[in-house]
Amino acid sequence: MTSDSIKNNNINKNNSKNTTKWFSNITLLRESQIMKIHYITGVGALFVVAIHIMMRLIMPFNMSLEFENVILNYKNVFYALLLESILILIAIHGFNGLRVILLEIRQTQIWERAVNILVIVAMIGIIAYGTRTIIIANGFSLG
Amino acid sequence: MTSAKSAKRINDINNKNDRTNREGLRGWLNPIIYGWERVSYWFQRLTGIFLLVYFIGHVYETSSLVSGPDAWAAMLEMTQTIGGHIFLILVIGASTLHTVNGIRLIFTQSGQGLGKPGRPDYPYDPTSVNNKQRSGLWIAFILAAVAMLYGANVLFSGE
Amino acid sequence: MNIFRKDKRKKIKNEIPLEIKRSNISTTSSSNKSSVKLRVFRINAVKNPNDVPHFDEFHVPVKRWTTVLDALLDAKSYQDSSIGIRYSCRMASCGSCGMKINGIPRLACYTKISDLDTNTITCEPLPNFPYIRDLVTDFSQFFNHHRSVMPFIQNKKADIPNVNELTEYEQSPQDLDKFLQFSYCIKCGLCYSACPTVATDLKFPGPQALSQAYRYFADSRDSDKSNRLKVIDTSHGIWRCHFAGSCSNVCPKGVDPALGIQLLRSHLLGISNSEKKIAKLQDRSPNSYREEEEEEEEAD
Repeated sequence: MTSDSIKNNNINKNNSKNTTKWFSNITLLRESQIMKIHYITGVGALFVVAIHIMMRLIMPFNMSLEFENVILNYKNVFYALLLESILILIAIHGFNGLRVILLEIRQTQIWERAVNILVIVAMIGIIAYGTRTIIIANGFSLG
Repeated sequence: MTSAKSAKRINDINNKNDRTNREGLRGWLNPIIYGWERVSYWFQRLTGIFLLVYFIGHVYETSSLVSGPDAWAAMLEMTQTIGGHIFLILVIGASTLHTVNGIRLIFTQSGQGLGKPGRPDYPYDPTSVNNKQRSGLWIAFILAAVAMLYGANVLFSGE
Repeated sequence: MNIFRKDKRKKIKNEIPLEIKRSNISTTSSSNKSSVKLRVFRINAVKNPNDVPHFDEFHVPVKRWTTVLDALLDAKSYQDSSIGIRYSCRMASCGSCGMKINGIPRLACYTKISDLDTNTITCEPLPNFPYIRDLVTDFSQFFNHHRSVMPFIQNKKADIPNVNELTEYEQSPQDLDKFLQFSYCIKCGLCYSACPTVATDLKFPGPQALSQAYRYFADSRDSDKSNRLKVIDTSHGIWRCHFAGSCSNVCPKGVDPALGIQLLRSHLLGISNSEKKIAKLQDRSPNSYREEEEEEEEAD
């Protein structure tokens, strides 16, 4: 093959150079940086989830699910921070994993952009929704 | 084929989404014929998707707290059933498997436990697919089974 | 390569006995030939892009050492000369005869019928490669991915136009061992077929290209590491490998592409020491020896 045909047939060539859309050339993070975050959030989530599960076992399981006991947990600032960190770490790890799976299924530009945007939106959405629960429960007054 | 025809065909293959003879999602579904590492890949994906779905559901169900004790009780009535317990046991197993296998993958995908490059000789056994790193997967399965048994004991005894 | 069955090919000490009990292949007499059913995938994608694939069956005689390629050529010679097969060296050296045999990508010349332990041999073209005809597939995408990782030595410090003809890079056996096994790749495409990511991801380079990227990265004569690493550090690059290990399990030459890929990832993650010793350029011309001797004499 000639050098021209090599260039034309290079599948890894960035095809987005000719588009005019503003979001087409944005690369926030290199893939290696994203995967480092994926590994770190995975390991971090392990520790915080382990503590979260142990909290269910410090008293009889059914008792730990009673409304008053759950609210008391949320009122503890450290536990609330723990829940917030679980939310953030698992949301990032889980949705990044989903992004990886979805990117492998199809490779059109529209699909890739849609997956990247939807995953970030879903991440932010679930973190916001969970944080709302934590903040409201933390401010709950019993009785 | 003439060179013009072959160039056109190559162009079609490279530029079009030519998925002729690509296995597609079926290629993900054969965990047994290629070895334990393929089984690990399959389970890691399966448990990951399962846990993500559970996570979204869990965040939603715990949000019933903000609506007061009645809403919380209604949610518990829905989830603290036999079916709910079985589902939770599966979640416990999936999370243990995903975690332990994930730690194994962090090590192996960083080149640890795979052996060193050398001079291959007949029968050309690859060093990376060795029992040392595979044992991490077997330990993950065992720990997941133990965790599921413990979880079943806690959930069904109510203690 | 079912994980629940032992692969006979891997055991050197348990050679296949004269009497193969579980198959109908008799080896006690050369005149006592047996036969197996060969199911061959047929399609003519070039002449008719809408051609519907089907299987043709052939009964071919086999002996103890008959390979799948021998059986296919027998069928082609005596039963249907239109069967499309690609082959060349017949000794697992060229990588031409890769195909899916009983569900697993293998080299037809390297797979004995007796090893398969079945009376029905199903031969299909390699998965993940576009069809051309019958068992022949198009390797253009595969070679394009290979080219994309720049599979050649790049050393900007070597002033090639002005270098003396008798100049060489100094490389020790230990330096060679770091990449030698990856240079044994015969580009047969079996790893590309077995990979679950290649099954769905058109942009993924595949285990062969990525292991070749590591082969050149690890070579001490290569000093240009940054361009090659930038090419593979993308959302469809090396990070879409999940260590399913299928590539290493099917490789007929012991290249172990999975090892190369994980070692390269360790460099990208910053876990391995990425500072490698670059091989020195040594002048081996007769003049340089004389100059060295003169310098030694002066030093004395």
